[in-house]
Amino acid sequence: MPAQAIEVILNRQLADCLSIPVFITDRKGNLIFYNEPAEEILGKRFEETGEMSVEVWATIFKPLDEEGKPLPPEGLPLVKTLKNCKPYHKIFTIENLKGKKERISVTTYPIMGRGAEFLGAVALFWEIKDE
Amino acid sequence: MKIKIRGVRGSIPTPGSDTAYYGGNTSCVEVSEQEYRLVLDAGSGMRLSNVDGGPGNHRVDILLTHLHLDHIMGLGFFQPLFDPSMEVHIWGPASTTHSLHSRLSRYLSPPLFPVLIRNLPCKLFLHEVNNTRFEIGPFKIESAYVIHPGPTVGYRITGKHSTFTYIPDHEPALGRDGMVDDPNWVSGYTLAEGADLLLHDSQYSSGEYPSKQGWGHSSMEDTLRFAGLAGVKHLLLAHHDPVHTDVQLNGMFESLKSTHRCNFEYELAVEGKEFDLA
Repeated sequence: MPAQAIEVILNRQLADCLSIPVFITDRKGNLIFYNEPAEEILGKRFEETGEMSVEVWATIFKPLDEEGKPLPPEGLPLVKTLKNCKPYHKIFTIENLKGKKERISVTTYPIMGRGAEFLGAVALFWEIKDE
Repeated sequence: MKIKIRGVRGSIPTPGSDTAYYGGNTSCVEVSEQEYRLVLDAGSGMRLSNVDGGPGNHRVDILLTHLHLDHIMGLGFFQPLFDPSMEVHIWGPASTTHSLHSRLSRYLSPPLFPVLIRNLPCKLFLHEVNNTRFEIGPFKIESAYVIHPGPTVGYRITGKHSTFTYIPDHEPALGRDGMVDDPNWVSGYTLAEGADLLLHDSQYSSGEYPSKQGWGHSSMEDTLRFAGLAGVKHLLLAHHDPVHTDVQLNGMFESLKSTHRCNFEYELAVEGKEFDLA
């Protein structure tokens, strides 16, 4: 694996300091880092799993719309960020491997380097409690 | 490849008897092989540089890591810039919104300096670098962004028989838990991997570092760890803090040696010292 770009390294170091779940992917969507709060959502520790291909980590969550129907991948903010290199935001429900459903707010942004090249994407998850 | 250290001090020149041994000039290093010469950074040590050009003595290449004042203050006093027969190439990072020319012009223009960059008598060529590979004579050079405030690169310079890595301003341990053990996640690793000689930032002691975290510099201890991870053969600890006298640096280094045994040679960088990596 090639060394990470400095912009990606700094995003990881920032994520490591935050109390909100943060997922970082490479250009292709492979999960290259998630922080401790994100471990709570995944139910797995980064030290144990290491990086995960997009095929593997995409199966961990089942995104659902307001009616409980599966959301197509192309409607998910991270997929749109990876495709269009733009930030997106969406509120939806996820069902994890244990069948637990959580309503979450997801904000994603592309990591655009100094040379304006696309280096990867970041997804911030926020669990929505009853409001 | 020959290396001559012209400036080892960080932040600001520190002339005086208290700093006479390690030296008070800011970052500058000469690198030569065959008739080609490079000058790394243009700190106040550049004034001492007797570079008289490369091929045919009419070309010199200046490689800037970044444009903080302690790394460019010597430019205006570098004689080849004022010699019409000289071809001077300056390599350095642009920013997201300003070209290298625009950024250098902030210093090389009134009121900071009396001569405008466009009025320099030499034949001047500017080259913007980022994560780049290029060649100058026998040198194969790799530049890459490293962790330091503002656009900053380090350089890996490979000659015919050896490799010298230059990262004078660098904070690879920035983060909650310091440096990550995985080399792929360490800033500057690919530049330093297996280098015959690494000159690296080591401005602080481990006791000083916590109050300076995020300033873009390293503790001596973190630099040893970085060099060990990268598998370098010889390390020069540089960018000495301006408040550290020779006596203090000696004390810090003795303390370091008593607690850190490494499988590579390491020493404090000294102004005027030369290395032959042949």
